[in-house]
Amino acid sequence: MTLIRDDRRASRPSTEPAPERLVYRRPDLLSDVSTHYCPGCGHGIVHRLLAEVLGDLGLGPRTIAVAPVGCAVFAYDYLRLDFVEAPHGRAPAVATGVRRVRPDAFVLAYQGDGDLAAIGTAEIVHAAARGEAITVIFVNNGIYGMTGGQMAPTTLLGQRTTSTPGGREARTAGYPLPITEMLALLPGVGYAARGSIADPSSVGKTKAMIRRACEIQVAERAFAIVEVLSTCPIGWGMTPREAARHLVDDVPATYPLGVIVDRFRDPAPAASTPR
Amino acid sequence: MMTAPTLPDERVLMKGNEAIAEAAIQAGCDAYFGYPITPQAELLEWMARRMPELGRAFVQAESELGAITMALGASAAGARVLASSSSPGMSLMAEAMSYMAGSELPVLVVNVMRGGPGLGSIGPAQSDYFQATKGHGHGDYRVPVLAPSSIAEAIALVADGFDLAERYRTPVILLADGILGQAMEPVDPHFRSLPPRHDDWSLSGADGRPPRVVRSLHLRPEDLEVHNDHLGAKYREIAAHEVRWVGERLDDAEIAVVAYGTAARVARTAIARARDAGLAVGLVRPISLWPFPSAVLARLAARLRALVVVELSAGQMVEDVRLAVEGQAPVFFHGRTGGMVPAPDEVLGVIRRAWAITADREVTP
Repeated sequence: MTLIRDDRRASRPSTEPAPERLVYRRPDLLSDVSTHYCPGCGHGIVHRLLAEVLGDLGLGPRTIAVAPVGCAVFAYDYLRLDFVEAPHGRAPAVATGVRRVRPDAFVLAYQGDGDLAAIGTAEIVHAAARGEAITVIFVNNGIYGMTGGQMAPTTLLGQRTTSTPGGREARTAGYPLPITEMLALLPGVGYAARGSIADPSSVGKTKAMIRRACEIQVAERAFAIVEVLSTCPIGWGMTPREAARHLVDDVPATYPLGVIVDRFRDPAPAASTPR
Repeated sequence: MMTAPTLPDERVLMKGNEAIAEAAIQAGCDAYFGYPITPQAELLEWMARRMPELGRAFVQAESELGAITMALGASAAGARVLASSSSPGMSLMAEAMSYMAGSELPVLVVNVMRGGPGLGSIGPAQSDYFQATKGHGHGDYRVPVLAPSSIAEAIALVADGFDLAERYRTPVILLADGILGQAMEPVDPHFRSLPPRHDDWSLSGADGRPPRVVRSLHLRPEDLEVHNDHLGAKYREIAAHEVRWVGERLDDAEIAVVAYGTAARVARTAIARARDAGLAVGLVRPISLWPFPSAVLARLAARLRALVVVELSAGQMVEDVRLAVEGQAPVFFHGRTGGMVPAPDEVLGVIRRAWAITADREVTP
């Protein structure tokens, strides 16, 4: 267990800090190991947020999670949850299978943007259309990280990747896919939001979104998705600091932050059909 | 003293697709996932009506990719799962079949075969033999394949298929064809039921125990080789214990026809006509296509003048027959494709030709 203590009272004779002085601890659901993620990658932050939220809500012991194909397949090495691997893009279908035979489970799917928005578009659209009571954490870093930084459907126009060496051109490679907005149109979607891990303030907001997406599955038996804009410094050809800056300055112009739909607070958002 | 009343024949007339579906239900199937495709759509329709009324899971998926990965999830979560499709849909299911073999997930998958390749036809065929028995998806794995030749046998093999799948932690394919799916036959309505699925590895939430992971990824080559060796040992175990076949009229046979499924029924009629004409012909009907009854065929071939393989394909199982026979006897082949079914007299013609060509072969029935 890693404890970072407030040591302003380090001169105190006792070695144990008073409980109220504890300002940071590793969540119980997060394994005490180093991750394989690259420096500056956002997956670690998203994992931690999930561990905190599931811990706060007491959902860990009844969670069945689905791991994607891509860098985050190893989520099961870091999150102390039951996990099943899905074929590339199929996490929402795997989660559907779990959901239908385990009515009491909390069902979580964790996907990247190549996984969810390219090869898995049919599975995510239809899980959402059916209103499956699952929570999807969709980490969008705009690139295929694990395979070496190729263009994803979410890659920004003009962005250089190993498969768009001159920058993504709409004429040949099409436009970035705003899939969370697309999903938010479906009446089966209880909650859809987009957060970011760019800075502490957005991390806090994203945690609130993840919490809401989990609560909606439990309380409303509805489909909920949180897209988390994230970094891939290696794939982007940037330092971690540059990547964080890019995520703050450039990415939200294409992918605006905020709650897109919350049908249990605002049942008839302008852009979608009432449930 | 009263004697028990004689029960009337309680058999009921059932369509193959519906009988397979009901057999799965009686065997304790917890969840069904499918996608409409001819000639197996009635199976999905039966499940659509019956599963919800029993409080069990039914999903008509967005595709066969969706259906089979839903099956993967439900199986990982401890359920007894059925999925079904026909040839083009089975191609889409190849991906998850490989994942489920790698993750050692039990599932029963029914393929009601139709003519191929491509969109092909909706007529009956056996042209997915290679696909079913030689791996289906990517990677080093095997899947037990059970091939019924009647609707009553299909019913029995559904429960056997679940049992095999769960005992060995493997996907199992029930390989039928369009005729077996669409025909109606009288069957005994008392189907076998199985005790609920039980294991110590499936996912229910890590409550009071360490987390469990169902995976096929073993990134270190050293680890994957160990895993593949484990799978290989399991497949050898299956091959040693799960071969199923039926022989008919083989005692004095000089020629054996080898056929499965619908082709075996055509062959049976042809054999009866050959016997009427004085030709000593018998039938070897493989029920498990993998593991294949190779040892039986090798033993028989040593004393036969010829083997005649009949398939609703351009010649797929015949390759396994030739491998088994190892040149000990000539192997003749007759196949029809595209949804065409050979007439008994076509098969009889091939038997007669084989008989004539091998007239001077020494045989010891």
